[in-house]
Amino acid sequence: MNLKKIGAWTAIAVGVIYFIVPLIGTFEFSLRMRRGEYSLDAYESVFSDVRFHATFGYSGLMAVLTIIFGMLLVVPTAYWVRLRLPQLRPVVEFVTLLPLVIPAIVVVFGYLRIYNSSSYLPFTASERATDILLMGSYMMLSLPYMYRSVDTAMRTIDVRTLTEAAESLGAGWTTILFKCIFPNVMSGVLAGSFITFAIVMGEFTMASLLDRPAFGPYLQLIGANKAYEPSALAIIAFLITWVSMGLLQVVSRFGKARPART
Amino acid sequence: MAFLELSHVKKSFGQVHVVKDFDMAIEKGEFISFLGPSGCGKTTVLRMIAGFETVSSGTITIGGHDLTDLKPNQRNIGMVFQAYALFPNMTVGQNVAFGLKVAGKPKAEIDVTVKEMLDLIHLGHLIDRFPYQLSGGQQQRVALARALAIRPRVLLLDEPLSALDAKIRVSLREEIRSIQRKLGITTIFVTHDQEEALSISDRIVVMNEGRADQIGTPFEIYNFPRTRFVASFVGTLNILPGHVADGASGRIEIDGQAVHACRDLARLTGRSACTVALRPEAIRLGTAGDGANHLTGKIEEVSFLGAVLRVRVRLADHAISLDMFNNPGVAPPERGSPATVTFAREDVLIVEEAA
Repeated sequence: MNLKKIGAWTAIAVGVIYFIVPLIGTFEFSLRMRRGEYSLDAYESVFSDVRFHATFGYSGLMAVLTIIFGMLLVVPTAYWVRLRLPQLRPVVEFVTLLPLVIPAIVVVFGYLRIYNSSSYLPFTASERATDILLMGSYMMLSLPYMYRSVDTAMRTIDVRTLTEAAESLGAGWTTILFKCIFPNVMSGVLAGSFITFAIVMGEFTMASLLDRPAFGPYLQLIGANKAYEPSALAIIAFLITWVSMGLLQVVSRFGKARPART
Repeated sequence: MAFLELSHVKKSFGQVHVVKDFDMAIEKGEFISFLGPSGCGKTTVLRMIAGFETVSSGTITIGGHDLTDLKPNQRNIGMVFQAYALFPNMTVGQNVAFGLKVAGKPKAEIDVTVKEMLDLIHLGHLIDRFPYQLSGGQQQRVALARALAIRPRVLLLDEPLSALDAKIRVSLREEIRSIQRKLGITTIFVTHDQEEALSISDRIVVMNEGRADQIGTPFEIYNFPRTRFVASFVGTLNILPGHVADGASGRIEIDGQAVHACRDLARLTGRSACTVALRPEAIRLGTAGDGANHLTGKIEEVSFLGAVLRVRVRLADHAISLDMFNNPGVAPPERGSPATVTFAREDVLIVEEAA
C-alpha cells in the first residue's frame, strides 16, 4: 500500500471515528437507563410521553404542509424562470440561498417585528395564524434545497419544447404544469421534500421563539431536564434524518433508471 | 381566398429584423416546405403561425379567420418538433390521447382515435411503451400521430427529421408525405435539407435573410432559380461571372469565350456584367451539334462519386464542373488533357443578385 492510499484511509478512519464514536456513545448511553443492564427504558419513556406524540405530530403536520405549499411555490417559480425569465435565474438562485446566510434568529426577530399583534398583518395574534407564519418560515428555510432539487430535475427535461407541444395540443397553463411538467420533475420534488421533512422535524429557533409546540423545542426541553431520554431522542432524530436521506437516494436512483428523453 | 394566408408578416427581436415582409398564400391540402440555411427566419415564420412567437406586424389567417392574436392553444394547429417533445411520463397511447383529453372528448372516442392514429403510423403494438423505450424514428412517428389526433387545421413540422439517421430520414419523410396525402391536411415543413424539400413538397419557399427569395414547385425552384442565392442553395451549381457582349442576341462572354442564352434576355438590357449559372448535369464533355454552346479548357480534376464522375474543367480564370455517368467500359478523362464542354442554350441561367 503506497503512502497516498495510507493517507486516504487515515482520513476516512478519522472521519468515521469523528462521526460514529459519539453516535455509538449516545446510543449506548440511551440503553443504560436501567441500572446495571442494557434496556430500552429510555425509548419506552419517550414513546409513552404525551408531549412526544403531540410535538412529533405537530412537526410532522407542519413538515407535510411546508412540503405541499413549498412545492406549489417552488415548482411554478422554477418553471417560469426557466421558461420565460432565464436572465433572472442568477437573481432567483441568490435569493433562494439567502436562508443559508441569514441566521434563523435574525429572521424570526424580523417576523416578530413585522407580524406582531399590533401590526397590519398580526400573524402572532392567534395560534392558527402563528402556525401559518411558522410554516412560511419553514418554507423559507427549505428554499435553498427545494429550489435546487426542482431546478436540477427541470434541467433534465426540455421544458420549453414540452410546454410548446402541450400548448399546440390545446392545453392551458394548469394542465401543462400539473400533467406535463410536475410528473417529470417529481424526483426533484421528492428529494427536496425529504430534506425539508428532516429540516422541519429538527428545527428549534423559529418554533421556540414563535412559541409553538414543535418537536425541536421538545427535544431541548427534555435535554435540559432528563438524563437518558435526550440520548434516545437524539437517536430517534438521527433515524428520521437517515430514513429521509435513504428515501432521497431511492428516489434519485428511481429517477436515473428512467431517463426522460425528449 | 387561400386557406392559410400570411400577409406582410414581420418579426423583429429588438433591432434585429428576423422576418422581413413575408407574404404567402397556401391552399388547403398543400404540402409546403420552407427551405433555407440556419438563421434565415424559416422556423420563426413557422413559430408565428403556431403562435409561439408574436407577430411584429402583419396578419395570419386560416380559412378567412384572423388568428394573429390568438394563443397557441386556441389555434388548433398541430406541431411536430425536431426534439420529438413526447411527454416522458406518459405512454405512447397517453401521449396520443393527450390533446383529445384536453379537448374533453369522450373516452370511447379517444380510444378509437388513438388506435386509428397508431395504426396510421404502424405502431399500434407499442401503445403501452414509454418514450424512452422507443427509437428516435418511432418517437417522431408517435409525435406525428399525437399532432394529427386533434384533427388540426394545419400541421407544422419543424425539422422533424434532423435528429434521425439518413436511412430513417428517407423512409420517414415518405411516410409523412403519404399520411399527409391520405388525410389531405395542409402541411408546412421546415428544413435546411434541399433533397428533403425537393422530394416531398408541392411547393417550396426558399428563404434567405428573412425573406422568401422564391416560391415555386420543386421543378421551378431547381430548374429556374430566380436569384443567385436560390441557384446556389438548391443543388450544385457552376456560378460564373459573365460579360454581356450583345444583349439583343443574348451573347455573353465567359473568360473571353462566347456563350448564348435563350432565357431571361430582357434582364441583360443595360448591364455589362451578369452572373451565369449552369447545372453540372446539364454539361457534357465533348462537342455537340449546331446551336449548342461550347467552351474549351483543360481537365483539372476528376472525382469518382460512384455512379457519377465529377469533372472540373479549367477555362481561364474560372473552372466549370460537370457530371458524367460512370461507364465501366470507358476510361475516365485524364487530368491535364484539353477538353471541350457543351451545354444547350436553354440550360444557361442568368440569375439575379439577392435584393
